[in-house]
Amino acid sequence: MDLSFTPDELTFRAEARAWIYSAMPPHIREKAAVDGHFEMDEIMEWHRVLYAKGWVAPHWPKEVGGPGLDVTRRFILTEELELAGAPALSPFGLSMVGPLLIQFGNEAQKQRFLPKILAGEEKWCQGYSEPNAGSDLASLRLSADDAGDHFVLNGQKTWTTNGHHADWIFVLARTDKGAKKQSGISFLLCDMKTPGVRVRPTLTIGGTYGFCDTFFENVKVPKENLVGPLNGGWTMAKALLGHERTLVAAVGVSARVLTRAKKLASSIKAGGRLLIDDPVVRAKIARAECRLTALKMANYRALASAKLGHAPGPEASILKLRGSETVQTMYELCLDLLGHDALSWFNEPGIVPPQEQWIASNYAYLRATTIYAGSSEIQKNIIAKLILGLPS
Amino acid sequence: MDFDLSDDQRLLVDTVASFARKDSPLSRFRTLRDEEPSNADARTPLGFSRETLKKMGDLGWLGLPFPESVGGLGGKCIDVALVLEQLGATLVPEPVVSGVILPGLAVLHAGSAAQHEALLPPLIAGEKLLGLAYAETESRHDLGRVTTRATRTASGYELSGEKRFILDGHAADGFVVSARTSGAEADRDGVSLFVVDKSAPGLTVRPVRMFDGRRAAMLSFAGVKLAEEARLGAEGKALPALEKVIDYGAACACAEGVGLMNAVLGITRDYISQREQFGVKIGSFQALQHKAVDMFVETELAKSTMILGALAAEDEDDETRARGVSAAKVQLSIGGRLVVQQAIQLHGGIGITDEADVGLYFKRMHVLQALFGDEDHHLARFASLPGFAA
Ligand SMILES: Cc1cc2nc3c(=O)[nH]c(=O)nc-3n(C[C@H](O)[C@H](O)[C@H](O)COP(=O)(O)OP(=O)(O)OC[C@H]3O[C@@H](n4cnc5c(N)ncnc54)[C@H](O)[C@@H]3O)c2cc1C
Repeated sequence: MDLSFTPDELTFRAEARAWIYSAMPPHIREKAAVDGHFEMDEIMEWHRVLYAKGWVAPHWPKEVGGPGLDVTRRFILTEELELAGAPALSPFGLSMVGPLLIQFGNEAQKQRFLPKILAGEEKWCQGYSEPNAGSDLASLRLSADDAGDHFVLNGQKTWTTNGHHADWIFVLARTDKGAKKQSGISFLLCDMKTPGVRVRPTLTIGGTYGFCDTFFENVKVPKENLVGPLNGGWTMAKALLGHERTLVAAVGVSARVLTRAKKLASSIKAGGRLLIDDPVVRAKIARAECRLTALKMANYRALASAKLGHAPGPEASILKLRGSETVQTMYELCLDLLGHDALSWFNEPGIVPPQEQWIASNYAYLRATTIYAGSSEIQKNIIAKLILGLPS
Repeated sequence: MDFDLSDDQRLLVDTVASFARKDSPLSRFRTLRDEEPSNADARTPLGFSRETLKKMGDLGWLGLPFPESVGGLGGKCIDVALVLEQLGATLVPEPVVSGVILPGLAVLHAGSAAQHEALLPPLIAGEKLLGLAYAETESRHDLGRVTTRATRTASGYELSGEKRFILDGHAADGFVVSARTSGAEADRDGVSLFVVDKSAPGLTVRPVRMFDGRRAAMLSFAGVKLAEEARLGAEGKALPALEKVIDYGAACACAEGVGLMNAVLGITRDYISQREQFGVKIGSFQALQHKAVDMFVETELAKSTMILGALAAEDEDDETRARGVSAAKVQLSIGGRLVVQQAIQLHGGIGITDEADVGLYFKRMHVLQALFGDEDHHLARFASLPGFAA
């Protein structure tokens, strides 16, 4: 048993870290230093920097433009990007529809879409959830009716992250209304500029715009935009969930926010001393760090298993469950350190120090981590059933 | 032991509840929160209504904690708590606690009869508002750590320093300000309270937005000239009065918090009772039922400690006061947090939108937690009381 990375891996980590810091444009570095909310143009600017370096899609195979990094290096790179607070790239093209096309798309589709995803020339969003199909995704109702050489889409998607920025949306739509729930669903690609597509951005609890309602009214989608077999969308969508499951814990993000807590505690005074000199505060931060260490080790075990080529199992649910809770805990810790400054909400600079400015917004918005990508309750159901084998 | 309401109390609760339901439902708070400034001069929207405040004065709610000798009703903190619990249920935004009760009690406890007479009646009538200015950059929750200085001059004092997050300070006609008249930064002795008019030369009032959509102000005093009569009570002896007032504030936060928790619980119970996934109401999943039960139990505990806190807040014995208020505030923190966080979780994606009502409660609860001593502060105080060690 060996808990350490190899010397080569450590060298890669050092190189990645140095490169990331030097490659971040100054205004992005400034925002990263305070965990600010990145606007889409900043995210795409960073996308292009990573693209130029060849690191924009670490998990894509070499043939389609990936850097050919192994699973450990992919993990290291992601962790370093998270630690640096670099803008999180939009996952919908790079991590969702891209890998799905690589696995299930035809040649024409790969050639049409992959290069533009890679270069950041086309932005994507994900149209899975609907008002009445959230955790129970298979009850989705967006209809795609066969009209000869195209489908006609009618219905609504919701919580479409970045819908207001996206050029394309991939949707799960019902192509066979007679079939039972999971079997009549197809995976379609739809140009957001198609007549009949309308998005309504929604303000989030974090005070920023994140997701949208997306409406489809007689939207024509050419048949060549069907990915995989007709009525075979569900299986592919599920396969997609299995991709890069070793990254779901986002340990780099939590580690960064933990460091933020330490920095805050080292800059805020109470009772005539810095908070970091208060044993109670130190114990709280230490507790958070020990919990994070446990998660990180669980993540490394999953990584080692993935390295041996084992297919990702339901263990990924452990990482999603605890990873999402951990990042919430970290922000809660930060918020609690702020004292009265926790009361501030999007005020002009100078009201609270820059490194405090975004804490409340991030804390509020990140209540979402235990809801999206399979809620905590759903993860627990999976663990109960598939790992513990409890009766249903 | 008697936890029952008197007939008078029951009548009061019903009146306030009906007001909250009919005249100030949650949608009213949302509308006021989102209001744009009505003209270029009004840099900050008010966020509440002066007419409604006046009406509350007419109904006697604002005078509840003040003695009859100054035009109040001579009620107890528990009466105030019962009112606030109802106002908390729909997030009624009028600055009852911040702009009337707490600054008024500071005047009452520290000031002279003449000051009572001059300052309290307009507060009680809902015609004027004062802000209570005590927090500083490095004070955190230690009310005795005061760096704002009032230096003696020939005619009175000169005030210099900064105060942070004066609740509803954007709308206040004046401020009750803690300042050091002698001693070192953290000395218990040497803290005085002053009443300062909002238009005093040298005072800058900077409105700020708060996490919960309400407003506050940051104050900076640059050599503000004060007359001798602006000081409340004996020079340098105001800290005990201020501590009592802030404990009263903590008890108020607990009461508002209980109303809020109850409301959130109700909204969430309704939501999971009608939302369907997998062909059933999600409220039929035991995982969610147990979460809702935890929310309910925490709310019940908070309701019980709210009563403790309100009774303790007026106890003559400092240690009894501190123990009861801190226990209540800690329960609010632990239980309140659980309730609002789970409420969002049980709502799923819709809970993350600004449109969802749970979010308004979520944010208000975090403000209530940070005010008048947060969990860490009250735990530390509780543990430092003489009777703590076995
Ligand atoms: C910030 C954010 C971004 C998102 N981005 C996208 C996006 O880009 N594209 C997209 O398609 N979707 C997106 N989603 C939607 C997300 O996938 C759904 O919110 C999620 O699937 C939950 O569905 P729901 O919101 O309908 O909640 P519901 O499914 O109604 O769940 C409500 C509550 O019930 C619980 N629950 C449900 N079923 C069970 C059960 N069987 N047992 C126990 N408890 C249960 C849930 O855990 C939750 O607590 C986003 C969501 C958020 C919050």
